[in-house]
Amino acid sequence: MNKIILILKREYLTRVKKKSFIIMTFLGPLMMAALMIVPVVLATMQNIGEKNIAVLDETNWFIGKFEQDDNMQFHYVFDSVDSLKKQVLQGQYDLLVYIPRPELNIPVNAEIYSNRQIPLNVSSYIKNTMGKEVETKKLLASGIDPDVIKSAKATINLVTIRLDEDGGETKSFTEINVALGLFGSILIYFFIFIFGSQVMRGIIEEKTSRIVEVIVSSVRPFELMMGKITGIALVGLTQFLLWVILTGSIYGIFMLIYGVAEGPQALTTGSPITSQADQMLPEMDNEAVIKIFEVVDAINFPVIIGSFIFYFLGGYLLYAALFAAIGSAVDNEADTQQFMLPVSIPLILGLVVSNFIVNNPEGPLAFWLSIIPFTSPVVMMVRIPFGVAYTELALSMALLVVGFLFTTWIAAKIYRTGILMYGKKPGYKELWKWLRY
Amino acid sequence: MQAYLNIQEVTKRYANHLALDNVSLEIPQNKIFGLLGPNGAGKTSLIRIINQITAPDSGLILLKGQNLHADHVTRIGYLPEERGLYKKMKVGEQAIYLARLKGMTKAEAQKKLKDWFAKFDILDWWDRKVEELSKGMQQKIQFIVTVLHQPELLIFDEPFSGFDPINVNLLKAEILKLRDQGATIIFSTHNMASVEELCDQIALINQGKKVLEGEVNALKEANRNYTYSCELNHPVTDWQSTLDNLPVELLGSEVLPNKIKLRLKTNSTLNSNELLTMMIPLGALTSFQELLPSMNDIFIQKVGKTAKSASDE
Repeated sequence: MNKIILILKREYLTRVKKKSFIIMTFLGPLMMAALMIVPVVLATMQNIGEKNIAVLDETNWFIGKFEQDDNMQFHYVFDSVDSLKKQVLQGQYDLLVYIPRPELNIPVNAEIYSNRQIPLNVSSYIKNTMGKEVETKKLLASGIDPDVIKSAKATINLVTIRLDEDGGETKSFTEINVALGLFGSILIYFFIFIFGSQVMRGIIEEKTSRIVEVIVSSVRPFELMMGKITGIALVGLTQFLLWVILTGSIYGIFMLIYGVAEGPQALTTGSPITSQADQMLPEMDNEAVIKIFEVVDAINFPVIIGSFIFYFLGGYLLYAALFAAIGSAVDNEADTQQFMLPVSIPLILGLVVSNFIVNNPEGPLAFWLSIIPFTSPVVMMVRIPFGVAYTELALSMALLVVGFLFTTWIAAKIYRTGILMYGKKPGYKELWKWLRY
Repeated sequence: MQAYLNIQEVTKRYANHLALDNVSLEIPQNKIFGLLGPNGAGKTSLIRIINQITAPDSGLILLKGQNLHADHVTRIGYLPEERGLYKKMKVGEQAIYLARLKGMTKAEAQKKLKDWFAKFDILDWWDRKVEELSKGMQQKIQFIVTVLHQPELLIFDEPFSGFDPINVNLLKAEILKLRDQGATIIFSTHNMASVEELCDQIALINQGKKVLEGEVNALKEANRNYTYSCELNHPVTDWQSTLDNLPVELLGSEVLPNKIKLRLKTNSTLNSNELLTMMIPLGALTSFQELLPSMNDIFIQKVGKTAKSASDE
């Protein structure tokens, strides 16, 4: 036992001190924070440079209807189309919006001329504004007050509530659950592969450097294997925890800076479009905050984080043992291919099926794949945010424990023979023989 | 004297061949014991069983009369034939790690390692990565790590491969010193010259079976083939016809001016004194010596055809 700890310490320290580990530890959160921050930044950075837009409206319907903002300056002009086109080419205007007199009495056509690519938000703004205006005119023509329509519009907040057997009620938010579930299962998938193959490569390294026989004369092969597997498991957990902490703090710091610097400024000196939104903010803010609280409240964090750690460790231990067996059987990494495929198929299957399972987390496919140990780590993570009966969870976890004990037992047998075999590339028949020594 | 290690009827079978077939050996305390045999004879299998890397299918191994036990690994130092180090680790750090796996404390390992490094004049390697060292340098470190925890039993499998002659001598001196300090040493090799130089006793294994066991000198005696060499100055002119009448066989002769060198073979009925008496009339005898077989001769003779086919592989 003492020796396992010595081995574990070496495996852990040599990996944690590696440059690649340190780089990944800092790069990972930066990438994850970027995923969260970039959309926010992009949303506030729609400034595409001011556009001078000439509007030639032969219908006179839309004069003064296009509102200017930081990005768009509208000039209502009366000139011939051809001379305006020339002015666009000469650069007096960036854009020409030409609304020709309609053949019928309702204008439904417009043309935009520009010597450059037209930004999507400009063209869609023009389209929407015209659409709204025409709609209002049509309603008025039919004798309907547009305000009536406005007040008749309703936004529906659909809240689904799960009835628990013990009489409690939980609000659930499907989108959040889908996102959480898929995120958890993808993370487990990658962690198992990344750290499982580290086990494999470590063993191949010990074999090719021929240190393994020196070590197994001091410790039992099983101790060496377990020391390596547990050491690398701790590396994985360390990386995960550092990512959580670093991502959280980067995001937190960003929100703090952004919230302080941008918040009040946006409120006071906002552009027409954003100030419109700002006016709606107090009302929306409250609603959003309540909703966020409800969502956060509905997520069972202790169960999700607890089961993530359990399924990561369980799944990792199960697969790491198999990776260890593969590593011990071959002389170099190129020879691992034929064994890697069958081992990775259940994991890949679990990940692929996850995308279907989010639509039906209680179906038979979801149930069976989350019970079978080879797929359960990936599949169960998808189901957990939707709520899984504790008996099912317990069964799945118990089977996972049985599963990794079983693979470890098999791996230990292949490992102790494999590490001392050189020169021949074993097939499955050979591995079967080693199992029965 | 009680044997340090008693190997009793050990059998080890792999899927398609018998690696060890009922092998029994006694390895005496405080001696250098040569374990000889052609490639694939079962030496490494036996050494791995002694190191508890693998277990025998049947048979017993007693260390000082006790059944071999997991704790015994700290009393054994093993330098395998296939040996290496972690390439990316620093020399000192790695040596301490390996020593601690053998049950030493960190402080103890550090102190003893510094002593050994100073002795081999390699202290400046301490903080270098193993991959920066040559193969011979790495071998030195492996040797130090093997003997560092002062094991009672040392097992060297082809210890001299990869060393230059100067370092071979350095190592031989260290091995003899370790024996004089009380260690029991098992020495497995193909190099027969070093066997004669170092070993007190040997066992020869072939195809999983023990073929020969005993003290080096006794084995040579036992395998004597009554061959002698003698040199004579001023031989009588008819020495050749005189020899023909004696009960000896002339294996070879070298005729120099006023001198002949002869190699003769007799049989067990004629002892060396009688032969010597017969030779005196032939000339002025300057040298007379029985030629005992070398370990190489014995090895080839005992392993015979099987050794030939093994080395042809």
